[in-house]
Amino acid sequence: MSAHASHAPKRSGLWDWLTTVDHKKIAILYLIAGGIFFLAGGFEALLIRLQLMYPESSVVGAKTFNELITMHGTTMIFLAAMPIIFALMNAVVPLQIGARDVAFPFVNSLGFWLFFFGGVLLNTSWFLGGAPDAGWTSYTTLALNQFSGHGVDFYVLGLQIAGIGTLIGGINFLVTIINMRAPGMTFMRMPMFTWSAFVTSGLILFAFPAITVGLVLLMFDRLFGGNFFNPDAGGNVVIWEHLFWIFGHPEVYILILPAFGVISEVISTFARKRLFGYSSMVFATALIGFLGFMVWAHHMFTTGLGAIANTLFGLATMLIAVPTGIKIFNWLLTMWGGQIRFTSANLWAVGFIPTFTIGGMTGVMLAIPPADYQYHDSYFVVAHFHYVIVGGLIFGLFAGLHYWWPKMFGKMLNETLGKWNFWTFFIGFHLTFFPQHFLGLMGMPRRVFTYLKDQNLDFGNFISTIGAFGMTIGTILFVVNIIVTANSSKRAPADPWDGRTLEWSIPSPPPEYNFAQTPLVRGLDAFWIEKVAGNKGMTPAEPLGDIHMPSPSFLPFMMSVGLFIAGYGFMYHNYVVVVIGLLVTFACMFLRSVNDDPGYHIHEDEIEEVKA
Amino acid sequence: MKGWQQFWRQLSVFGLLALALTGCGREELSTLQPSGPVAAMQFDLMKLSSAIMIGVFIVVMLIFTYVLIRYRKRPGQQGIPKQVEGNHALEILWTVIPFLLLIVMAVPTVTTGFELHKTYPKEEALQVKVTAHQFWWEFEYPDLGVATAQDLVLPVGKKVQFTVTSADVMHAFWIPALGGKIDTNPGQENKIWLQADKTGIFYGKCAELCGASHALMDFKVEVMDQAAFDSWSKGMKGVQAAEPVAASAASAAQGQEIFNKSCLGCHAVAGKGGKMGPNLTNFADRERVAGILAHTPENVAEWLKDPQKVKPGNNMPNLNLDDAQTKALVDYLQTLSVK
Repeated sequence: MSAHASHAPKRSGLWDWLTTVDHKKIAILYLIAGGIFFLAGGFEALLIRLQLMYPESSVVGAKTFNELITMHGTTMIFLAAMPIIFALMNAVVPLQIGARDVAFPFVNSLGFWLFFFGGVLLNTSWFLGGAPDAGWTSYTTLALNQFSGHGVDFYVLGLQIAGIGTLIGGINFLVTIINMRAPGMTFMRMPMFTWSAFVTSGLILFAFPAITVGLVLLMFDRLFGGNFFNPDAGGNVVIWEHLFWIFGHPEVYILILPAFGVISEVISTFARKRLFGYSSMVFATALIGFLGFMVWAHHMFTTGLGAIANTLFGLATMLIAVPTGIKIFNWLLTMWGGQIRFTSANLWAVGFIPTFTIGGMTGVMLAIPPADYQYHDSYFVVAHFHYVIVGGLIFGLFAGLHYWWPKMFGKMLNETLGKWNFWTFFIGFHLTFFPQHFLGLMGMPRRVFTYLKDQNLDFGNFISTIGAFGMTIGTILFVVNIIVTANSSKRAPADPWDGRTLEWSIPSPPPEYNFAQTPLVRGLDAFWIEKVAGNKGMTPAEPLGDIHMPSPSFLPFMMSVGLFIAGYGFMYHNYVVVVIGLLVTFACMFLRSVNDDPGYHIHEDEIEEVKA
Repeated sequence: MKGWQQFWRQLSVFGLLALALTGCGREELSTLQPSGPVAAMQFDLMKLSSAIMIGVFIVVMLIFTYVLIRYRKRPGQQGIPKQVEGNHALEILWTVIPFLLLIVMAVPTVTTGFELHKTYPKEEALQVKVTAHQFWWEFEYPDLGVATAQDLVLPVGKKVQFTVTSADVMHAFWIPALGGKIDTNPGQENKIWLQADKTGIFYGKCAELCGASHALMDFKVEVMDQAAFDSWSKGMKGVQAAEPVAASAASAAQGQEIFNKSCLGCHAVAGKGGKMGPNLTNFADRERVAGILAHTPENVAEWLKDPQKVKPGNNMPNLNLDDAQTKALVDYLQTLSVK
């Protein structure tokens, strides 16, 4: 080490992870936390399917079942899918645009810890008198004090805390992508994953305030005796539905667009072809994002909005099929004429196409309001959104994780285990959810803790539960793969897949400053262009020099702890605890404001050392 | 790779097996066997949209399968494939074709949509007011002066105009074989019309999560010919205008005493009693006990002994009856018939 090393604060072990502001480490934090919540949500799902394996069974009681479905939905959407998306965005976006970090590293860390403590708060409800049981949509009046337990308070406060984290995370990515692209990387040269992260962040910016407003109103109703949603006092139950779905529908696209981005990267890399119709892909992504805000009422066709509203929202929803169709055909044509390699990552991406197509097809069917009166709140809908969210998003995330794992951790996931993982999960998935289309059409409502014997629903439910075992095995194999990989000593090369984008031009895992010299981007698939031109690496856009880095900080962690404490104070009406919690948060904010932290520099000679 | 083979195998084996072994579900319950014009119109839209969508899926799968087989990387393959930027003609093609397909679906969507939202005055349709409760259904026939619960009685071949609302949380009123659902919102009224073209029993469901016993909030729809319906409603009206009849058998009389003391505050019988719980005037004629259990004296007794065990979270208190009292009450309840 050189004499200048003392400029960088040396931290190690747990303390390093609690204070880090490095986007690559935050990505790993998001992945670990999101992964644990994913396992929790999956366990809840398995209990749900066990209860429904046979008619009139009593594996879990009625109330517990409602807690399980509520927590399964809430956990999977807010605490598993979103964080794992953020893990990939954090790990990849700054690298793909040739940046040294995100625009606001401190805010990035704060975003993670808020999500984490919000999620922990929500899950402690299991041990503190029962989990929320009003469904992940928390429709009023069921979610009001008169009709549901203390658990819903955990939902209201946990999601508010986690939601702030997501919102600031989204804003951070918007600023990063707008401001921090390497020289030459115009918007129309950005990799598709970065594009999808950009549009997703825009959706977060506009969608999350709606749920926040809804949650604040619900908090007033539940904790302070407000009457926004209480019809007996002049409140209106449908307003909650609107607020929820004005957030909730864009949320679907917040989830699926990054998966589209991953699929675009993976398919094009493993077909060794550039993405077919890049500009129409960009246009389709933006259009899906825009239309995503115009169609929330299709979740409310049976609410009684009337024929005109239903028809307009139905037709608007159908329109989304057009840009989505463009994407499907562009992916197919990307592979056309290529040299397709079936790695684990690509298996997930290839498996995504038919699966997501089915989810999209049933989506169009659901967009027909008169037919939706039959589908709505039936198992047909359960099948549909699991085809989209599991068959789309989760397949996409698995593809992305297998693809970028070497870049994130410097080690290659085991391909054999990866393929077993894919096939068990893929077959299990279709076995679980395909029969549910028919169960719904045959009259099975969703969110039922049991069904009676004489209704011809037994066989489909049985098959569905068998499928859930397959998905469980697949998930366990992935965990095994991670452990096997972590214990292997094989190092991943910088560019294991013959990649096309900038992240593959630097070592795996990347040094803390990412790029020793900011690269010069000369077109779409910047690294591919250099490779085809016979260059060893990227052409630098700047001379080698000192690199300025932000200091790590413990403040984001403590700010989140403060809100975590205040949350309990609110729920138990203990305002001393509220004040203590908020004081912690505000004290940290004050410290952050008055403490002039200039960060530190990594000196030129240290960079040379790493490079050599 | 044989990803597509596996996929088709699953689709065909398990999907079709599920269909074959269960048929299209039970006629009383399935949306796939419509028993009235509303369900039939909806079924037509389902068939049209699935046909178009399956067509799209086949096209996607054909290209998908061809690409995966034809362009998989072969050992020893050299060189870099041609980098294709895109193809405007193709991209326009798969923008325009979906548009056209959507228009094919949009036209019947609009017409059917407005058709289903018509409301019919009492000259053209039987009026029924539905009030959903945790976890039971209340049905009133304002023009006939009749009220019942759990079993909805309808004449065959006649339009029925429902006005639905809820007394507590949001529920959804759904009779799959007769037509799609509508939410029952507390503090608001929604309208829906349905018609049954076959006599018999149909199953009704609550489709919106409404609490612990959401799954058990079933009801039955008894469809009869017009003459039988008229005589039913006439009988109901006569009974509901009068005082409850004194039970004749000794055990039933004892049960009636218990009923008048403990149950009448919430449950109406004939022209007397409260509206907190289901109206029991025609209890003995019901298809099911509590909407779910077979209508046997044993099941009535089971319900009376511990209502929370049968329907968790419902609002009926446990009366702590001993066996003799339970039997007497069951005997009395079995006399409540208008048939």
